[in-house]
Amino acid sequence: MDMSQYMEIFLEESKEHLQHMNQILLTLEKTPEDYQLINEIFRIAHTIKGMSGTMGYNKVATLTHEMENVLHLVRNKEIPVTSIIIDVIFECFDALENQITSIEANGVESSSDYTGLVNKLIQIINTKGSGTNKSGKATKKSSGAASIEEVETIVQSNTGAEFNLEVAQAQEHVIMKANEMDLNAILVKVVLQDTCMLKAARAFIVFNTLEQFGEVIGSYPIAEEIEDEQFENSFEVLYITRLDEKTVENELMNISEIARVITELVILSDKPLVDKEIDLSEINEEADEDAFDNADKAPKSDKKEGKEKNEKGKTAKTVRVDIDRLDNLMNLVSELIIIKTRLEDNGSTNSKQNMGEAIEYLERITTSLHDAVMKVRMVPVERTFNRFPRMVRDLSKDLGKSIKLLMSGEETEVDRTVIDEIGDPLIHLIRNSIDHGIESPEERTKAGKPEFGTVALRAYPDGNTVVIEVEDDGAGINTEKVLSKAISKGLLTQKEGEMLTQQEIGNLLFRAGFSTVDIVTDLSGRGVGLDVVKSKIESLNGTVEIKSTLGQGSKFTIRLPLTLAIIQALMVNLNREKYALPLNNIKEITTIHSKSISLVQNQEVVLYRNKTLPLIRLNTVLQVPYHEDSKLNKEDLIVVVVKKGDVEAGLVVDSLIGQQEIVIKSLGKYLTGVKVIAGATILGNGGVALIVDPNQLF
Amino acid sequence: MIQSTEYVIFKLNNEHYGINIRNVENIEKLIPITRVPYSEKFVEGVVNLRGVIIPVVDLRKRFAIPMSELTDESRIIIVNISELKVGMIVDSSSEVLKLEREDIDVAPSVRGNAGTDYIREIGKNDGRIIMLIDLHKVLGVEEFAEE
Repeated sequence: MDMSQYMEIFLEESKEHLQHMNQILLTLEKTPEDYQLINEIFRIAHTIKGMSGTMGYNKVATLTHEMENVLHLVRNKEIPVTSIIIDVIFECFDALENQITSIEANGVESSSDYTGLVNKLIQIINTKGSGTNKSGKATKKSSGAASIEEVETIVQSNTGAEFNLEVAQAQEHVIMKANEMDLNAILVKVVLQDTCMLKAARAFIVFNTLEQFGEVIGSYPIAEEIEDEQFENSFEVLYITRLDEKTVENELMNISEIARVITELVILSDKPLVDKEIDLSEINEEADEDAFDNADKAPKSDKKEGKEKNEKGKTAKTVRVDIDRLDNLMNLVSELIIIKTRLEDNGSTNSKQNMGEAIEYLERITTSLHDAVMKVRMVPVERTFNRFPRMVRDLSKDLGKSIKLLMSGEETEVDRTVIDEIGDPLIHLIRNSIDHGIESPEERTKAGKPEFGTVALRAYPDGNTVVIEVEDDGAGINTEKVLSKAISKGLLTQKEGEMLTQQEIGNLLFRAGFSTVDIVTDLSGRGVGLDVVKSKIESLNGTVEIKSTLGQGSKFTIRLPLTLAIIQALMVNLNREKYALPLNNIKEITTIHSKSISLVQNQEVVLYRNKTLPLIRLNTVLQVPYHEDSKLNKEDLIVVVVKKGDVEAGLVVDSLIGQQEIVIKSLGKYLTGVKVIAGATILGNGGVALIVDPNQLF
Repeated sequence: MIQSTEYVIFKLNNEHYGINIRNVENIEKLIPITRVPYSEKFVEGVVNLRGVIIPVVDLRKRFAIPMSELTDESRIIIVNISELKVGMIVDSSSEVLKLEREDIDVAPSVRGNAGTDYIREIGKNDGRIIMLIDLHKVLGVEEFAEE
């Protein structure tokens, strides 16, 4: 069966579950006695196992399966929650996250080997075995071991319905164990309606529903055939659950297009059937492996089409949207339709006043519509923030520093495109703060600070931008060290250095080639440069600033536009063509007399505010064709001063049109390689204006 | 085996060309085109087609046919190829033609006439010769796919 349609759901849900799991794990570490949490993790692991099994991702399934075994023991209080267990579960969590990322990127599981991890889990289970045996508790294992006779199983049929499913021996073990745990083994026969079109999809839903309340351990026909729709109108499953047959029946009848559900309780003959001691986990594994074998084939056949799939690359990005927002959108669109009819009516009556009113109304609707659509694209930063507690925990463990992470404003919303990009820069900044900012506990006590350092991560909206701050109460930046470093690196001269303000010195850290230095160990990262952070943020049209007080800590402030799709721009004329310049790149607009231009190394420069400002003639750079009405040699030039980091340049344009809110549209794949152009936008008259990316000009 | 295929026929310098109708999205009258710097010579620019920005190539430039004035008859044919939408300026287009398999010959590999290697097959209809163009080659899309 083609799984691609479920892929998105699978990825989205897995990620959600993992995120949830992460949070719980962190809480669990603080309150190991909370069995509620263990239950929750167990449930998540189980869900992921079910989903990945269905999707044919065996590694994920096997790993979660082992996790489940361990968690199960913990849940039954057979083994205590120790830091070792939590660490191992954290490792599992990492592995799972890796796999999900790999699946998202390539459509297949990554090749990493988790045998070590699985062994660790099994080891935990085994140590438990010896431990509990010593304590003399009657475990299920020992009760199973008591029986040594082999007997034929008799499936007692009480409804007389014809079941084709035969209970295999491995399944018998599972059923027996299940019965001991007060779980029911039920044979379920699902008959679909004759009119059912997508039988496989229905079956998928049935399986999903069943997995919510228990476990499917076998089916007829086998899972693969069901997936391939190789069954008539009915299929059968062997199902282990807490529920009784009637409830199962009712649950399944809730699914549409199902004609009939027949259930039958599987009762094994009372006589024990095991001839040797069998570990519960082992049996489970066997049974599950059966199921996985079927699923196994899916990826194999996928590989044949692999090329095709890889070409398509990543799965489409999705956003989960609050239904209220969609409703709002719906309302606005219906209003739009109303106004359209009204305008049509006006057209025939031809009343000017009515027209004006209608247009005003239309304006209001489009503005609200714009807001509503933007909101649909917004996601809380929580999504990105959530991974940080874990990271801080690991880092503080590794580095032997005690660190408290304070987060606020997780609910602040940012455009989806920004969310995906902002994660890495934030990781860099937080790492920096912890690694280089916050001192060791001893040093801190000496300096009269509390023993544990604090890293604060704050997000809040500010006008048309979102601000994210990373602040620590560590050592701060030693500006003198930075300065001497910069001078020795040849980034600036001694004299220039003396003129810099504290702020400017801080900004030196963002210079390329600075942070990869090994000498100033208390501020440089390991190749994870602040310049990378800066360029990333700038590529999102944002800014990053640093404020630091020696001995008291540093604060990084990131400012991002709320959305990337709509920006404020300055529209300019170049001859007969119109171009848009993003407003956030623009510092100011000025006029310059052509006589004040001088030529330095073939580059036109002008002295402006006591600085040399290189001039770039946009007409030339953008190859604008010459027209007679061109005023190329006029005396006063209009210059738009743009900045890229600390560097400035003046763009010479023919005339200014004004500031405008523009919608960025991509030029598409066909016109790649046009670097100076960041995209295009549609003008009021339906024409197209290109958006210049000033960052590419110098 | 499909016996016949439908082609959208357009004219360029009084010669007839055909594109498989499967690749044609729609045919538009001329709309203002915005020039894009640093693009290929035959790329005329981009247009706004109902809110979507679409690149437009000038087939005369591509086929090295002498330029002529655009007329009321001039059309932009929007084609969809390998999930790329591209517009092509042609002199006129007003016909869809069904060509039987036997009416289509492989193009003779005679060089000399401009742009012959863009022509894969030749269709015959009522004594007219219709050059069936290879869109991948004309638009240089293959080069994109390989990147």
